[in-house]
Amino acid sequence: MGWCPEMAADSRESPIHAGAAAPHGETVSRAVVVANSQGLHARPADMLAREARRWQSRIELVADSQRVDGKSILAVLTLAAEAGTRLVVEATGPDAREALEAIGSLFDRNFNEPAGSQTT
Amino acid sequence: MLKLQGIAVSPGVTIGEALVLDAEGFRIPRRFVERSAVDTELARLAHAVAETAREMVHNRDRINAELGEQYAAIFDAHLAMLHDPRLQQELTAAVRDRNWWPEYAVSRTLRRYAKVFQSLGNHISQRAHDIYDIEKSLLRNLLGQRRETLAAISQPVVVLAHNLTPSETANLDRRFVKGFATELGGPGSHTAIVAEGLEIPAVVGIGPFLADVSGGEPVILDGNEGLVILQPDEETIAQYRLEEEVARSVAVRLGRLRDLPAETTDGVRIEIMGNIEFPSEVEQCIDRGCDGIGLYRTEFLYLTSKREPTEEDHYAAYSEVVQAMGDKPVVIRTLDLGADKMLTEKTPEEERNPCLGLRSIRLSLRQLPMFRTQLRAILRASALGDVRVMFPLVSTIVELRQARMVLADVMEDLTEHGIAFNRKMPVGMMVETPAAALMLDAFIKEVDFVSVGTNDLIQYTLAVDRGNKEVADLYNACDPAVLRLLRRSLDVAAEAGVPANVCGQMSGSVMYTQLLLGMGLRQLSVPASAIPEIKQACRSVSVADCRLIAEKASTMDGAREVKAYLRDQVRRLLAETVA
Repeated sequence: MGWCPEMAADSRESPIHAGAAAPHGETVSRAVVVANSQGLHARPADMLAREARRWQSRIELVADSQRVDGKSILAVLTLAAEAGTRLVVEATGPDAREALEAIGSLFDRNFNEPAGSQTT
Repeated sequence: MLKLQGIAVSPGVTIGEALVLDAEGFRIPRRFVERSAVDTELARLAHAVAETAREMVHNRDRINAELGEQYAAIFDAHLAMLHDPRLQQELTAAVRDRNWWPEYAVSRTLRRYAKVFQSLGNHISQRAHDIYDIEKSLLRNLLGQRRETLAAISQPVVVLAHNLTPSETANLDRRFVKGFATELGGPGSHTAIVAEGLEIPAVVGIGPFLADVSGGEPVILDGNEGLVILQPDEETIAQYRLEEEVARSVAVRLGRLRDLPAETTDGVRIEIMGNIEFPSEVEQCIDRGCDGIGLYRTEFLYLTSKREPTEEDHYAAYSEVVQAMGDKPVVIRTLDLGADKMLTEKTPEEERNPCLGLRSIRLSLRQLPMFRTQLRAILRASALGDVRVMFPLVSTIVELRQARMVLADVMEDLTEHGIAFNRKMPVGMMVETPAAALMLDAFIKEVDFVSVGTNDLIQYTLAVDRGNKEVADLYNACDPAVLRLLRRSLDVAAEAGVPANVCGQMSGSVMYTQLLLGMGLRQLSVPASAIPEIKQACRSVSVADCRLIAEKASTMDGAREVKAYLRDQVRRLLAETVA
């Protein structure tokens, strides 16, 4: 599973690409919209990765053809998700439900930033 | 083995270890660590990460105190990226599993992220700069005092680069750089001229190839054929070693020409002058028996230092050259650079077209204090020998007159202070724009000599950027338009009885020697490395034959036709010489 096309093409280079093997447990997912005006830039990406790392479950963000490790700020940034982008958050593991709720609420709160201008 | 074709700009053949500089600068060579040293190297990596984090915290706190939280936030982002668990995992794996040298692991891994960010196009692409910053800090902490830079090369290398600026080229340590090859660039670029001056083989305009090579690998550079050979096999290496040997023995043979005059078979004496950029090159010119320095380029005083050169910097360089040359002439050309190339100049606005912009004499006339400093030093040096001054890129008579006025003014100043100089110092100009060639009958009354700079004359006549490989093939000394302007310039000078010289790359190539002599040229200014060959060519031809060749060439309509004809003539000449 490549987490972004460019990196995947380079997979000979580094053996570590796939996120960690998922811990045992159910998989839950939720659709979210990036609503803060500047998109998923460094600060919210950092918030998201920090929150994700609090949980045992594997957290992934899915956008169109891309699937990235939610616990890595660098990986999240490669989504280049601007205001209005639709994503799916996916959590797999023993605490998947709680993790998904915590991360979903970051999106709901616009990462404590002003909302963007897109119409909803 | 991989053979790459580029443009040959400086002759010679060399075999050496590659030093790779890509678009972002120095590239860390691919090195491996011993399996037994993996734990030590991982500890070193961990230490560098901790040090880098400490610096980031320090910077954040300092900026926070000085400018406020919102400015400090960038360092928080850096810290978060540095501590990204995925990144740390990748770095560790690269060292532990692939046995990469930590420096290489850092450089490779972070640049991969930077490339991804760069490709994203929106504001995220700015994050690439952050990644490069983090890379730099980590490398600084890893390498410490051993920081590897171009200026700190300490063993023989062949430099492979995306592009080299003239100042980078000028700063290459000649003791260690055996040659270089670049992805960009065309014939006649400044970089090519410097390579020729350094007498090291160089190939430019190869196109993208750096991805195929790692630092430390053996490479062959063939500056005669414009080839770069990566991962050469044993047979090829042996063949090139032989070629290196042959080149050395030919050089010895041409060396015997040193004390013989450049006189044609029908008894016409030709003067062969040297082109130099560094005072140290004078020795190479004298060794090969030159009649003087026909072009002393002074740009490198401005390019090798971050501050503007002082009068003493100028004077020290000039007097070294003049004294070494004794009573032979030394033509010093004033600054011939665009504001874009100068380290000390801040270009007020970005020039869309620097070749057509504020450069050379135009820049000097705009920056009078700088110009006066240079002229003072040239005048002071004129007390030591046969110094002549020459102004570059003159395109209007007003510029020439203004330059002469500044010179007269500086002379007055020196007289007032009782400083010695040659009041009769000859003043000349370069003919390197079509405007100067077409109006030369007016200019010629106000100068003591002229020198045709063919490199720029070709570029401005044919409207070709000689550094742009997309159009470099249009840059052709054989173009009839160029030949007409050249012929006209030489005719006008001859009629006025004013000495003329040709100092572009054209005069340094035996292909054009017969043509130039046939057009009436009696003085050529060439790179030191070309002196023996050009002298040999002059000694093998008669002016009568050369006239016929020039006549014939002038009837041709196309550059290709002229080139084929001249090549033929050179072959015949060489065949006769050998026989």
